[in-house]
Amino acid sequence: MGELRSAGLSLEPVAGWGRHPVERGAVARPERLLLPPDGRPVLPRGLGRSYGDAAVPAAPGSLVLETVRADRVVAFDHERGTLTCEAGLSLAEILRVFLPRGWFPPVTPGTKFVTVGGCVACDVHGKNHHRDGSFGRFVDRLVLQVADGSVVECGPARERELFLATVGGMGLTGLITEVTLRLQPVESAWMVVESEPVPGLGAMLDGLRDAGKDWPYTVGWFDCLARGAALGRGILIRGRHASRAEAPAGPPPEPRRLAVPLDAPEWLLSPVLMRGFNAAYYWKHAWWKHAWWKHAWWKHGWGSHARRTRGAGRPVPYHGFFYPLDAIDSWNRLYGRRGFLQYQCVVPRAAGAPAVAELLERVVEAGTASFLAVIKDCGPESDAYLSFPLEGTTLALDLPYRGPRTEALVHELNATVIAAGGRVYLAKDAVTRAEDFTRMVPRLAEWRKVRDRWDPEHRFRSAQSVRLLGDAP
Amino acid sequence: MKAAVVGATRGMGRALARLMAERGDSLCLLGRDAAELEAAARDLLTRGARGPVATARLDLAEPAGFAAALDAADRALADFDTLVVTAGDFASQEALERDPARLERLLDVNFTATAVLCQQAAERLAKRGGGTICAFSSVAGDRARRSNYLYGASKAGLSAFLEGLHLAYADRGVRVVCVRPGFVKTAMTAGLPVPPFAGEPDAVARVVLRAVDRGTPVVYAPPMWRWVMLAIRLLPRAVMRRVRF
Repeated sequence: MGELRSAGLSLEPVAGWGRHPVERGAVARPERLLLPPDGRPVLPRGLGRSYGDAAVPAAPGSLVLETVRADRVVAFDHERGTLTCEAGLSLAEILRVFLPRGWFPPVTPGTKFVTVGGCVACDVHGKNHHRDGSFGRFVDRLVLQVADGSVVECGPARERELFLATVGGMGLTGLITEVTLRLQPVESAWMVVESEPVPGLGAMLDGLRDAGKDWPYTVGWFDCLARGAALGRGILIRGRHASRAEAPAGPPPEPRRLAVPLDAPEWLLSPVLMRGFNAAYYWKHAWWKHAWWKHAWWKHGWGSHARRTRGAGRPVPYHGFFYPLDAIDSWNRLYGRRGFLQYQCVVPRAAGAPAVAELLERVVEAGTASFLAVIKDCGPESDAYLSFPLEGTTLALDLPYRGPRTEALVHELNATVIAAGGRVYLAKDAVTRAEDFTRMVPRLAEWRKVRDRWDPEHRFRSAQSVRLLGDAP
Repeated sequence: MKAAVVGATRGMGRALARLMAERGDSLCLLGRDAAELEAAARDLLTRGARGPVATARLDLAEPAGFAAALDAADRALADFDTLVVTAGDFASQEALERDPARLERLLDVNFTATAVLCQQAAERLAKRGGGTICAFSSVAGDRARRSNYLYGASKAGLSAFLEGLHLAYADRGVRVVCVRPGFVKTAMTAGLPVPPFAGEPDAVARVVLRAVDRGTPVVYAPPMWRWVMLAIRLLPRAVMRRVRF
């Protein structure tokens, strides 16, 4: 311990956002990103919002290099919106500094508490994937410190292989120290949002495709405990940035922030209660659609975006639309001490509704899923070898972790996904088997070649790379 | 505000300089490492500092260079009105006990050099009608503890100096702010066990900036530490001998 401390390291439990699994790591949070010269294994980590074991150390006590204190802006081009920053800068900070000047992240996941380095490593996607693709598409340049300690610049036209292996490469090709990305211009910090209840899966899939033709942001929330004819019923939400003329004067109010102070007890997630919650959420929207007084109440609070219906709503703050859960600190504690898995997969459009229905049926049958799940249609896949999205439908749902029972469900779901030609999202995975993963990712061998070239010893490793890629712990 | 800042490249100084930049203050960064100063200056400029953000060399281990650094800040800012010193030295009690040269360096930087710098700056500000000196001491200077009295002594000396500076220059328009951070999660304290009431640099910076604006003579950050230290200061020495912290 003394040695760790004198080196500025602390031995602490490290987990993903799902809080399963947990491993102790020697955590460093330097202000200047630099690999230790001794060549020891290292796991780069950002704000820890990946759910599974992607940012969990490969072995007890191994080095975790958190990038969050390396968060300086290196340059910003006010004309083009090109931002160069250190890898630890968060989207929250980008929004705070640049949104008032009319710039917005080109792609954002469902939380703004992620680092730019993490966004690159996971090649994150957002509600605009059908139109804009994933994060890596907006990255012009990366600076990496690779395994032998040398510093390499790469981009779409320079060291392209390394670039394509790093985007979506889960931090396993090198330590990302600097990123140049293109922000998108927006006229306001407000969103025009419409939502509508849809009675079942077919309507949801059709609705997403239709909405995607005109709307930059689309997503569906569905009740993953509803059975039979109600299978896949949910709320379809579409949004766009409000123009200057549509937006209210001034910036949106700061979101109210709540916190979950304790781990929730497990009975809170009992199937009966969850089913009740989900049904209530759906019926509230279905009924709310016709309620004349709906705009008079809770105008800017959490979830308010979902109460707007076609064309009738006033613009809502961007944070309510993109980051509803960010309003609740440590919401992951709602799943109790044992944590949860988030399961996200994508199946190609060719597999169609039957594959999605089969997945939903399995989830419903298992009866262990909780809260609401997300469904979204994705656009064409990226050139990056391990990038997750592909043209088709993606589902994401939370599964409270209950040991082998939950893991078995994931393996069953994976079997359906493999049969449909789909794959799972590494930023959310904690239990997929190596052989299943290999079958999901046709370009894995190509990626391995590039990784081996830059990091033959597999210095960059994680619990996930041990599990899925056979790295030594 | 036209502020010369020593220590803006790291930790609490970085957070404080960012707040000042975002509200459009003019800044001149003083420090040892030219590359780090440049990187910090670019960051602050992008965040809104009234540009350009100047940099100049100042090494707390070389008091002979202080006048030149303050001259540079004066030139860059057309006479600075605020000096902020967040830089300091830190080492564990063990390391300081083991290595007398290390101890000497820490005492020199935290007390001697900081006092010499602030004294010079105060005189400069007084001559042109006033200004603000803000220096970071520590709650460790409020009461000696066996587990960190060497670092604590350097900060106790600094706190006493800053109190005197306040009294001596109050009539000449110079306000003196003595910041006493409790445990703050920065790279400086990395690896140390985190006590209750530990603060984040951003929150500390907000408290400090308000104190600088108001000229509050002594500010604890996070504010809770005022009451923690009050209680600790009231403990009789016999009790301090028995409790091992």
